[in-house]
Order: sequence, then C-alpha cells, then structure tokens
Amino acid sequence: MQHAADWEAFERFLDAANPPPFPPAEMPARYRRLCQSLALATDRQYSPELIDRLNRLALRGHHALYRSRRRESRQALAFLFAGFPELVRREWRLVAAAALVFFGPLVALIAVLQAFPEFVHYLLTPEQISSFHAMYDPANPRLGMRAADSNVMMFGFYIWNNVRIGFQTFAGGLLAGVGSLWFLAANGVIIGAVAGYLTQVGYSETFWSFVAGHSGPELSGIVLSGAAGLRLGLAVIAPGPLSRRAALVAAAKPAVRLMYGAAALFLVAAFVEAFWSPFTGIPWRAKIAVGIGAWAALLVYLFAAGRRAAG
Amino acid sequence: MLDTTRRVATPEGIELSLHLAGPVPRALAWAIDLALRVGIVLVVMIPALQLGRAGWGVVLLTMFFVEWLLPAWFEAAWNGQTPGKRALGLMVLNDDGTPVRWPAALTRNLLRAADFLPVLYGLGLVAMLVSRDFKRLGDLAAGTVVVHQLDRRAAREIPQADAVAPPIALALSEQRALLELAERSSTLSRERMEELAGLPTPLVGHLDGARAAARLLGMANYIAGRH
Repeated sequence: MQHAADWEAFERFLDAANPPPFPPAEMPARYRRLCQSLALATDRQYSPELIDRLNRLALRGHHALYRSRRRESRQALAFLFAGFPELVRREWRLVAAAALVFFGPLVALIAVLQAFPEFVHYLLTPEQISSFHAMYDPANPRLGMRAADSNVMMFGFYIWNNVRIGFQTFAGGLLAGVGSLWFLAANGVIIGAVAGYLTQVGYSETFWSFVAGHSGPELSGIVLSGAAGLRLGLAVIAPGPLSRRAALVAAAKPAVRLMYGAAALFLVAAFVEAFWSPFTGIPWRAKIAVGIGAWAALLVYLFAAGRRAAG
Repeated sequence: MLDTTRRVATPEGIELSLHLAGPVPRALAWAIDLALRVGIVLVVMIPALQLGRAGWGVVLLTMFFVEWLLPAWFEAAWNGQTPGKRALGLMVLNDDGTPVRWPAALTRNLLRAADFLPVLYGLGLVAMLVSRDFKRLGDLAAGTVVVHQLDRRAAREIPQADAVAPPIALALSEQRALLELAERSSTLSRERMEELAGLPTPLVGHLDGARAAARLLGMANYIAGRH
C-alpha cells in the first residue's frame, strides 16, 4: 500500500535514520499528507489501531516541525543590555509596590531601634543577636562571617540561601500574592532589625562597610523577585477580561523574565558578598564609597539601559 | 474514550490526542529524580569535604544547582524529560503540544516551591485534582502539561479469541472501549469481567456472564483486525 510505505518513511525520518529516507525539504509536505490521512482515518472510523499509530506519528511530526530554534546566546545578551531594564521599567508599579513592602519595614526598624534599642528582642532571639555580634565585631579580621569560615563556603551559602529566598518570594506570588508580600516584609523586618541593632550598639563602621558592596544587587534582587511574584498574584486576583488561567499564563512570561534578571543580580551579590565584602584591608570609607557607586551604577542601568534601542 | 486525554488542534486542521499523566506516575518520577539529586549531592560531597570548609561551599552550590536548575535544564534540553520522567515514559509539553523550552521549563520548576506547600506537594496535588488536565500550579502558570509518551506505550495485548463481527456499527470511542476492556481482562477478576460483559446488551443480548465475556473478546479481536 502506497500510504503504509509513506508512513514508514516518515517514521524512519523522525528516528533520524541515516541516510534519511527523503530530503528534509519534503518533510512539511509529507507531514501535511500524514495529517490528511489521520483526519480521513478518524472521520471514516478506521480501526483504533491505525488511528493510534497515525496520531503517534503526527504528534512526533508536530514536535519536530514546530520546535522553535531561536538563537539563545544572542538573545541573552540583548536581554541583559536592554530587555531586562526595559521590563523593570514597564513593571514599575509592581516594582515600586514590592520596594515599599520591603524597604518600608527595613528603614522604619533602623529608625525605631535607634530610639528604642530593647525593641530588637521582639524580633531576634538572643542566639541570633550574639552571632551577629560576633560577625561584625570590629576585632574580627574578616567581616560578616565567623572567624573560621572560608570565602568559597560563604559563596556557596549565599547562592543556596539567598537565591532560594528570591525563588520562594517569587513562587509565593501564586498564592494570590500573599506569599510574596510575606517574604518581602519578613526579610525587610529581619534585615532592618539587624542593621538597626548593630548601628545602635556602635558597630556601624564594620556593618555598613560590609553590606555596602553587595546590598545593591542583593536587595534589588529580592524586590524584583517580589515584583515578579506580585505579577502572578495580580493575575490570580484580577484577571481582567481573560480567564484566570489565561491571565496566569500571560503573566508568567514577564514574571519569569524578571526572575532571570533577579537571579543574575543574586549571583553578582553572592560573588561580591563572599569575596569583597569581608575584607578589612581596605579602609571602611572606601568600601562605603564603592557600595554607593554600585547602587548608582545599578540604578542608572535599570533606569537608562536599553532606552535608545527601544526608541 | 476511557483514558484521560487532551485534544490539541494543530494548524493542519487535525486534532492530536495527548494522554495526560496523573499524580501517581508523576510522584514516582519525582521520587526517582529526588533519589538521583541526593545521589549527585553525595557524590560531590565525598571529595569536596576533603577540601575542608571550602568544600562545603561546593556542596551548597551543587545543592542549589540540583534543586532548582537541573530539572528545568533536563526538561528544556532533553525532550521534556527528567531522568525520572523518562523512566516512567512521561514528558512535559506546552499546552499546544509542542516541546517545552527554557522559559516554560524554568517557570514550572521555580513555582515548584509554591506547589510544595504546605507539605509534600499538598497544593500541587489539590491543583492537579481540581484542574481538568492534571496541572499543578507550576503547570498552570507555565502553560504546560505532563503526558504519557505515546511511542513508549506497549502494543496492545489482547487475549486470542475467534473474531466475531459486532452486530451493530460501533463508533470509534465504543471500539476503543471494547479494546481496552479486552486489554484489561487479564487483570480483572473473572466475576468482575463477567459483570462488565453483561452490561452492553446491544452487543451481547441476553447471554450470561462467561459467554458474554467470550463474545466481547471475540469482537475485540475483530476490531483489532484479527479476522
């Protein structure tokens, strides 16, 4: 039978037989012919065995034909230099909301703890307080870690821990945004409590010179993870004219692109935090200056990069 | 049809059927992947810990990579399959039946954290049972489905019997139902098989259990083309 030979050839083509049973240029036409056979077989109620076989072949042909083959490396560069900052600007309302939920308690607690230092005991356990004491003691030769820790270990820890917090903040957005808001606020409270407490007990030089360098990418990474999560949460709460499911699928695309950027920021932050922030050989003023420079560079990047390409 | 299927319309104007995978095979695939992930971490841990504290950094990096990125990488690069999914003949596809790529694979794997809540994929299981296509939350957001890989399905095993033509013309779904009954007849108890065989009276008339079952098997053989 003519068709049976055709189907056999098609199957061998999909199995990447060598040499191919027909030139690749013939594939789409042969696939359409196969689709026609399947439609005919279904309509005429041929045997289920035959229909299953044709369905299987058509599905594999569909996969082979519609697999997209975009160049990913060039795309990644374009995303880094233009797409990501553009996306952050387009989602600025959510980014601002996430920043407010995160930085609000953070800044408020730093201020409150200067006036009411004992308030810290509501937020941190005595063990946590004593371990932060040890890490930022000016006598510690390498800041932010216990004396025996190594840089590589801390790098691994920062990636494992901080990026995970970012991913959880994002995923929590699926729960109508509540999870994202919770993680944002909770991290804002903890960081604010530690910063406020250490400033109040007089460890400002060591603490602020430690965090200055990596605070830019790390904190913005958390905020952007939260914004990405809120994007999902918003689609669940207010899907607009779409069905809830369609709104969620549409929201997940920009959200996961925000997460690419957030993950890259966390990676940079972990690197800086492990290999630059702990060193005490550099004067603390210089480290603070570098930190301010990093914040400025990050903000310029997010506000300005990719504008020309877009216009 | 008795199986859970999803119909996908293609630009060529035909409908393809995807056979959706339910919670049990997916949980098994996940367990295999989990064992593999633990294995990788252990293999890295043994030499790494000789390096002292720096080794812990390597271990933590491995744990991060294996937990968040490896499954997504497998799904994007390996035909929509993690090793566990391949072992069970499952694959991840986009809703339109095309193979998944990085964005969708990453979306569904990052959102795994939400599915995992409150314990052991509780939310994911509820979402799967509530949604028509067995989607966990990550699948809903990524627009993906997990399906049984068709070309891995074993050929039908139908007990041999003398072919009998059905007395009336059967629709495709009815033919399939008969074939699947015959396929499963070896796993059904004799009583249950006879009870089921007595139900389609247009086919078996007033035959009693054992003879009705034999008649249906004969028709299944006829439909399967053994005549």
